Amino acid sequence: MPIYHSLTLIDHNGDHEMAEVAYNLPEWFARCPKKQKKPAYVWDLPVCYDGAHGIDLLETARLLDLDPETLIRQHTAQAYRVYGVGFLPGFLYLGGVPESLQLPRRDHPRLKVPKGSVGLAGAQTGIYPQTSPGGWHIIGNCPVPLFSADKDPPCLVKAGDLIRFRSVSQAEYDLYQLESEIGIYNYKKDKTGA
Amino acid sequence: MLKIHKPGFFTSLQDRGRFHYRDLGVPVSGALDQSAMSRANALLENEADNAVLEITMQGPELEFEQPTFMVMCGAPLEAELDGEPIQMDKVYRVNEGAVLQCGHVLQGFRTYLAVRGGFLSDKKLGSRSQYYPVTRRPVLVKAMEIPYKACNDFEPKLLKWSAPGHFGEKELRVYPAPEFQQLSQLHKNQIFDGVFQLAKEHNRMACQLQPSIDRHSIQMITSATLPGTVQLTPAGRLIILMRDGQTTGGYPRILQMDMESQDLLSQKRFGDSVSFKMVKP
Repeated sequence: MPIYHSLTLIDHNGDHEMAEVAYNLPEWFARCPKKQKKPAYVWDLPVCYDGAHGIDLLETARLLDLDPETLIRQHTAQAYRVYGVGFLPGFLYLGGVPESLQLPRRDHPRLKVPKGSVGLAGAQTGIYPQTSPGGWHIIGNCPVPLFSADKDPPCLVKAGDLIRFRSVSQAEYDLYQLESEIGIYNYKKDKTGA
Repeated sequence: MLKIHKPGFFTSLQDRGRFHYRDLGVPVSGALDQSAMSRANALLENEADNAVLEITMQGPELEFEQPTFMVMCGAPLEAELDGEPIQMDKVYRVNEGAVLQCGHVLQGFRTYLAVRGGFLSDKKLGSRSQYYPVTRRPVLVKAMEIPYKACNDFEPKLLKWSAPGHFGEKELRVYPAPEFQQLSQLHKNQIFDGVFQLAKEHNRMACQLQPSIDRHSIQMITSATLPGTVQLTPAGRLIILMRDGQTTGGYPRILQMDMESQDLLSQKRFGDSVSFKMVKP
């Protein structure tokens, strides 16, 4: 279970000497041929920042002293590293938010943040994988789900990948949502050099 | 099919758990009192990973459309099968169309109902344990139907196998978790000398304890959490993660509870007392 700076090993059947495994792991990793390491991908995810989805966009822009167009441009300008998937099924811990977009969480968390909401909080940005309570500033919505229990693997993105957001119109949003509902949405990804 | 006439307070299908998806944020789930579930499956000579019903506090009303054999283990509760009172840890023949009416859990908190061959709902990610959004619903609801295989002839090797109840015990066995050494001696004393009660906030995800201990300002980067991980919030609240608990967390992980203590804790309810005892991992 990799997340940020840690790797947690879980021994289900209790038949490994875990201290020994932990001791040997760095050497095993060093000896692992490159081709056995999984490639990392850059995922291109559509986000609609329009008012109906980006319910906090105007207020967030005001708090950051930016105009909304600049906020969207800055949010889509770089790729964010996935430091781990955790907390809830399909929730990505993303890093690399520029300082100009960093602000504290909302004073009052919402009881219901819609599935797919794209938020900002502190040095983090992310997507709510399902409708849940939350205190992040919601600036948009991503119409394509990253987690489905009926697929294998159930989550497309893994730790080490990169996420890039692309601003789309309401019409494109509706199209992508429909495409993913009937299972024909084509997720765009490229191999990274890493 | 098993027909759900009344779902009860919080009744869900559970098995041993959902493994190998934690790196995608999927908790392990599964029966909270694994020893009670295992005993129910063993009495029916089921496979260890067969799915059972986990009943919480107030039981359901169920109709068996096919004949089978059933057993209830864990917290004792009031139950009648076609009007006949049911004993815990005892195998019963169930006739076609029989109705099981359950009342309140009398002692403890969670009861397990197993049928011969287990319940056969669709597996999701290798498990039948209900957990939203991996399964469509988090619990049983009225009018739901759960498949199982009819069974007419079964000669149980053991008709009854009672285990000593651990409902009166309150000692949770723990060992140090990654951030334990960052605690002050005062914090450690407060944890190991104190007696805590289960707060209202306790469910399949986590158990919060009261009273709180002293505040702290230990900072850490989000890391993995496990069922049985004891976290300490900055305000001094102790939170013990259960099997539906989040897979990662940003609060210091101060202790890890052993498996038997997780079973014990899952039979506690609001206001029950617990204490901590350090053991070797």
